[in-house]
Amino acid sequence: MLPEDCETVRRIVADMKDRPGPLIEVLHSVQAALGYVPPDAVPIVADALNLSRAEVHGVVTFYHFFRETPPGKHTVQICRAEACQSMGADALVEHAKKRLGVDFHETTRDGVFSLEQVFCLGNCACSPAAMIDGRLYGRVSPERFDELVAEKKS
Amino acid sequence: MSAVTVYVPCDAAALSIGAEEVAAAISKECSARGIELKLIRNGSRGACWLEPLVEVVTPQGRVAYGPVTAADVPSLFAADFLNGKGHQLFLGPTAEIPWFASQQRLTFARVGIVDPASVADFVANGGYQGLRRALSMTPKEIVQAVLDSGLRGRGGAAFPTGIKWKTVLDQAVEQKYVTCNADEGDSGTFSDRMLMEGDPLCLIEGMTIAGIAVGATQGYIYLRAEYPHSFRALNSAIAAAYQARYLGSDVLGSGKRFDLEVRLGAGAYVCGEETSMLQSLEGKRGEVRVRPPLPAINGLFMKPTIVNNVMTFASVPTIIHQGAEFYKNFGMGRSRGTLPLQLAGNIKRGGLIERAFGVSLRELLYDYGGGSATGRPIRAVQVGGPLGAFIPASQFDVLIDYEALTAIGALLGHGGIVAFDDTVDMARMARYAMEFCAVESCGKCTPCRIGSTRGVEVIDKIMNGIDSERNLALLENLCDTMVVGSLCGLGGMTPFPVQSAIKHFRDDFRAKAPLKRAG
Repeated sequence: MLPEDCETVRRIVADMKDRPGPLIEVLHSVQAALGYVPPDAVPIVADALNLSRAEVHGVVTFYHFFRETPPGKHTVQICRAEACQSMGADALVEHAKKRLGVDFHETTRDGVFSLEQVFCLGNCACSPAAMIDGRLYGRVSPERFDELVAEKKS
Repeated sequence: MSAVTVYVPCDAAALSIGAEEVAAAISKECSARGIELKLIRNGSRGACWLEPLVEVVTPQGRVAYGPVTAADVPSLFAADFLNGKGHQLFLGPTAEIPWFASQQRLTFARVGIVDPASVADFVANGGYQGLRRALSMTPKEIVQAVLDSGLRGRGGAAFPTGIKWKTVLDQAVEQKYVTCNADEGDSGTFSDRMLMEGDPLCLIEGMTIAGIAVGATQGYIYLRAEYPHSFRALNSAIAAAYQARYLGSDVLGSGKRFDLEVRLGAGAYVCGEETSMLQSLEGKRGEVRVRPPLPAINGLFMKPTIVNNVMTFASVPTIIHQGAEFYKNFGMGRSRGTLPLQLAGNIKRGGLIERAFGVSLRELLYDYGGGSATGRPIRAVQVGGPLGAFIPASQFDVLIDYEALTAIGALLGHGGIVAFDDTVDMARMARYAMEFCAVESCGKCTPCRIGSTRGVEVIDKIMNGIDSERNLALLENLCDTMVVGSLCGLGGMTPFPVQSAIKHFRDDFRAKAPLKRAG
């Protein structure tokens, strides 16, 4: 981790450590700032919150949302839950993996896209759903997926 | 000429299919034509099949057009839609569209109508009447009204809300908490999201009443990380409520304090379970706690805590304002009031339908839903999320009522209804239920942690024709173990979709492409 990133983590945890039950809030802020929670951030956070490294590591790894490796430039989440399945999510997932050439939890070689699965985006009446960088998309056909990917690439 | 008022939703579902582009196109066209526009970004009225639904305020009231794409905007202007004139997307006065007119909206009365960020608009449409009334009542009277209304927890467990509140009220402890479970992780459900984006102040009002009722000064909304739109909507509504003194150290000049804050989850389905949610709010791994003690006695930071779902809190202002009797007069049997149902999946006219308990599943699927989106027969529906049973077409006459669904081995849960057409493979759905549980298990208890992985393996064997009958018996046995041996609903209810799939669709549990057994 770069020295300035260590500084960022220290600043975040110093700002938030007196809030009740702050760990998850801290991790959200670290991930928002750095794109992920670097393993090197764990001892800094643990020390400041008077927790063991194991406790912090345990929380980072419990939650699907936190990642320990840098994400691609764009994060693509595809919903795999039942409502989306009923409208072809499985086919969309297959298509997306093929189109991007990666599996879930992987990043394309050019570093542009990270592909993640997600279980329900709350867009179940406009299935199948996907989210790219926090923006929600509904009725995502394979063709629509290709358009969105092309837009992000350009 | 005075400004024309146009509504274009900012609800996440509407945005997901182009509402932002529609709003931009309308603004652009207005400035090009020199028309003064008042653009209000409302929530969604709930007809997702009509979204983006654009409304124009005319002397005859609000008139609707939909579903509108950005490409339709020039032709709408050409047809003079700003004066409510005809167009192929013209739907008439919004309130008269049958899909809306036949609903009974108490909780969702303002969603899609008001500007979600405006306290003034909220108050002008009946908002904060409940809180005002509550401030003139004693804590006991408020709790009694909630008890008398028959309100049961809308998150899925259907526990009487008033009993929970009474337990917290009875604790002689200085620090108590009000927490809202907004970890709406069930597939097919989005009512919490729609309310948080379309009328967030309704939730804030409900939680404030709860705080006043039990003597809690701090509230937390535990919101799932998958809902960034709701996060922004809640935070701006909370800021507006603080500014207007509906939150803070002196709520409406009563001298009573109530503070409220949103905490984000981090993508763990199990955190929708109340004890797991409390662990997560404390910044810990979302592992289930053993009950007792109940959260009402030892909840957040081991203090007495109300844990209710978004819909439960959002029902409270109506109950306090209009009275327990008013609310109780809706519904059937022990299911009182109304339920915002969510019609999703393979359905032609999906969206949110609020009706009193007692409407039939068939009416929802066909009268509101119009059948499947693909036009094929609906073969099965799953009610109540990933832990809910699959219901076959032969049981579509069941009524939406907690007890009626339990009687056929199903559950109502959070009111999500996901339809599947006849191409669905129920063995695959059963496999998915186990797979989902394996991904989301918190790992604390063995039947859930290991049972779910074994479940996937056994179903794979069945689907591959390996000792199908024996493995089917083994699967049923495994389901029993998980039901009786798990700590919480995740492991304990994952078998429901599996068991119901076996019961109603046993033929699907055959080898798809039989393998030759080795040796």
